[in-house]
Amino acid sequence: METAERIVPPAKTYEKNIAKYVMMPGNAIRRHPFVEDRMRRLQEYADACPFNRVEMGGTEIGIITDSTSYMYAKEVFGDKASILKLGMINPLPVSLILDFAEKVDRLVVIEELDPIIENHCRQLGLEVSGKDVFPLLGEYSQNLIAEKLGLPVPQGVKLDEQLPVRPPVMCAGCPHRGMFYTLSKNKVTVLGDIGCYTLGAVAPLSAVDMTLCMGGSISATHGFNKALGKESEGKTVAVIGDSTFMHSGMTGLANIAYNQSNSTVIILDNSITGMTGHQQNPTTGYNIKGDPAGKIDLEALCRAMGFNRVRVVDPYDLAACDTAVKEELAAEEPSVIISRRPCALLKYVKHKKPLIVDQNKCVGCKSCMKIGCPAISMKNGKAAIDNTLCVGCGVCQQLCKFGSLVSGEV
Amino acid sequence: MTKNVMIVGVGGQGSLLASKMLGHILLQEGYDVKVSEVHGMSQRGGSVVTYVRFGEKVYSPIIDKGEADFIISFEQLEAARYLEYLKPDGRIVTNIQQIDPMPVIIGAAQYPEDLIGKMKAKGVNVDAMDCLSLAEQAGSSKAVNIVLMGRLSRYFDFTVEKWEQAIRDLVPAKFVELNLKAFALGRGED
Ligand SMILES: Cc1ncc(C[n+]2csc(CCOP(=O)(O)OP(=O)(O)O)c2C)c(N)n1
Ligand code: SF4
Repeated sequence: METAERIVPPAKTYEKNIAKYVMMPGNAIRRHPFVEDRMRRLQEYADACPFNRVEMGGTEIGIITDSTSYMYAKEVFGDKASILKLGMINPLPVSLILDFAEKVDRLVVIEELDPIIENHCRQLGLEVSGKDVFPLLGEYSQNLIAEKLGLPVPQGVKLDEQLPVRPPVMCAGCPHRGMFYTLSKNKVTVLGDIGCYTLGAVAPLSAVDMTLCMGGSISATHGFNKALGKESEGKTVAVIGDSTFMHSGMTGLANIAYNQSNSTVIILDNSITGMTGHQQNPTTGYNIKGDPAGKIDLEALCRAMGFNRVRVVDPYDLAACDTAVKEELAAEEPSVIISRRPCALLKYVKHKKPLIVDQNKCVGCKSCMKIGCPAISMKNGKAAIDNTLCVGCGVCQQLCKFGSLVSGEV
Repeated sequence: MTKNVMIVGVGGQGSLLASKMLGHILLQEGYDVKVSEVHGMSQRGGSVVTYVRFGEKVYSPIIDKGEADFIISFEQLEAARYLEYLKPDGRIVTNIQQIDPMPVIIGAAQYPEDLIGKMKAKGVNVDAMDCLSLAEQAGSSKAVNIVLMGRLSRYFDFTVEKWEQAIRDLVPAKFVELNLKAFALGRGED
C-alpha cells in the first residue's frame, strides 16, 4: 500500500432549490421520476464501473462474489477459476453478469449470509449454485469454500478433551463490576444496553436480562414498567453507558419523565467509550481528536429533562451502590443513578498495588469469587491474586468477611 | 508459498504489539503481508487471535484449520484451543503461563492438566518456555510479547539486528532497553 497527499476537493456552492430539497408530498411526487431515472443510470454505471471487475481464469467454474468471500475464493482457486468480483452491490449489474455467465460452464455465487446476488442472478434467468451449496449462517473461510466445492481441505490435530471456554469478561478493576454485583445481589431485573457493560450478563454476575440495540434500555424499561405496573417499577432498572446515553438514550429518558413511568435509570459513567477502544464522547469534555470541547453535565441534563431524583455513586463502594439502588427503586418517582468512575484502562487512572491474600485468614469460602473478577481465582483451596491483572480496586475486599484480602500499598 | 503465523492469547497480554512487530519486519522484507485481529468485546480477558500471513501474494486475511506454520501462544490453554489450526509439521511456540478463564474461576470447569505434555504426545512440535519469568527478569511482566518474539526469531532467517530495529521503531524510547533485553532472553543462546 502507498500513501498519497490528501486531496481536499473545493466545496460546491449551495443553491437554494425548494422543489428539490423540501420533500413535502407535492415536491416528492414530482421528484419521483428523477429518482427512478437515477437508479436506471446507476445500473448502467454498475455494468461499467471499475469496482465490478472480471478476472478470467479457468472457465469450468465461474464465481460471482464480493468483499471477503472474494479473498477466500482467490485463496482456493487462484486463477484456476474465473471470478466476477462485485464492489458495488446496489444496484447490481445486469449485462456484466449475463456476459460472464456466457463464458463459464458452471456459475457459482459465493456470498455470506442472505442470497442477494444469487437471487438477482436467478431473476436474470441464470442457473447458479449458491445457498444450495454454501451455508446461510456464519462466516465463510477458504476451507469452507474448498470443502463445499468438493476440494480437499487440510486437517489439524485436536486434543481429545473438551477445553474450558474463555468468554470475554469485564477487565480487572472495571468500574461497572461493583454496580452489577449490587444489581445481581438485589435480584433486580436489568434491561441493558450496548457497551463493555453488556458483559454484566456473563456468569457469575448474570445480572443483565435483555440487550437489544444502542439506547434501547431506557425505552424498553419504560415500556416494561408500563406493561407490568407498580411491582415491576420497584425491581427493574435500565443500565446504559455514558456514550450510549449520549448516542440515543435521551429520547427514552424524556419519555419516562413525560409519559410518567416510575422507572429507574442507571447511567454507567466510565467517562469514555470503552468497548470500541476509548473514544471521547460529549460528556468527557474532549472531542474525538482529544482537543477540549463542550462538556455535557449529566446531572444537569437529567434534571432538565424532568427528573428530581438524580444521584451519583462510586461503583467501587458496594455499600453506597446498595443503598442507592434500594432507595431509588423504592422511590415513588422516576430517578437516575449515575454510577461514576473512569474506565480502569484510561492512562490517567492511577492503579494501586495488587492485593495480597493473607493465607492465615483466608478460609476458602469463595465469597470473593462472586464478583467475577479475572484477577482472582482459587488455588489450593485459597484465594489467589494474579499480580499481572489486579489493579487494587478493592471491590473483592468488601466481600471478604475475614479480612484476608489486604491492600498491597504500604 | 504463503506462510501463516497465528498469535493467540488472552486480551491484554500484548499480542497486538507482537503482530505489529512481525508485520513491520515482513513488510520491510518485501513480502505481501496481511495482519488481522479477532478480539473480544472488552479490552481484556477474552480469547484473542491475530493472523499474520505473508508471501508473494496473500489473499485470505484469515488462517484456517490445518494451515498455520507457527502458533505463538501467550498462554497454555489458548495454545491447546487453537492446536487444530496448526499444520502437521508446524510448530507451537508458547508461554507456559496459565490464566484461569471465568468458567474455571467460578468453579464451573477445571483448568486441564499438562496441556503441553498432551500436545507433545500427539506428535506436535512444542517449544514451551516461562516467558513471564523472563519478562520480569528483563524488567516488566508486560514484556512477555517481546520474549515470545525473541523465541520466534530463532525460526526465521532474519538477522537479530532486523528484529532489534523493529523494537526501536515500534516501542516508546523509554522502554526500548527493557524490550531489547526481553528479546535477547527470549531468543536465548544461538
Ligand atoms: C447503532 C450502533 N452504533 C455503534 C455501535 C458500536 N458500539 C458498540 S459499544 C458502543 C459504545 C459503548 O460505550 P458506552 O456506552 O460508554 O459503554 P462502555 O463500553 O464505555 O462501557 C458503540 C458505539 C453499536 N453497537 N450500535
Ligand atoms: S475497557 Fe474499561 S469499561 Fe470496558 S471492561 Fe475494561 S475497564 Fe471496564
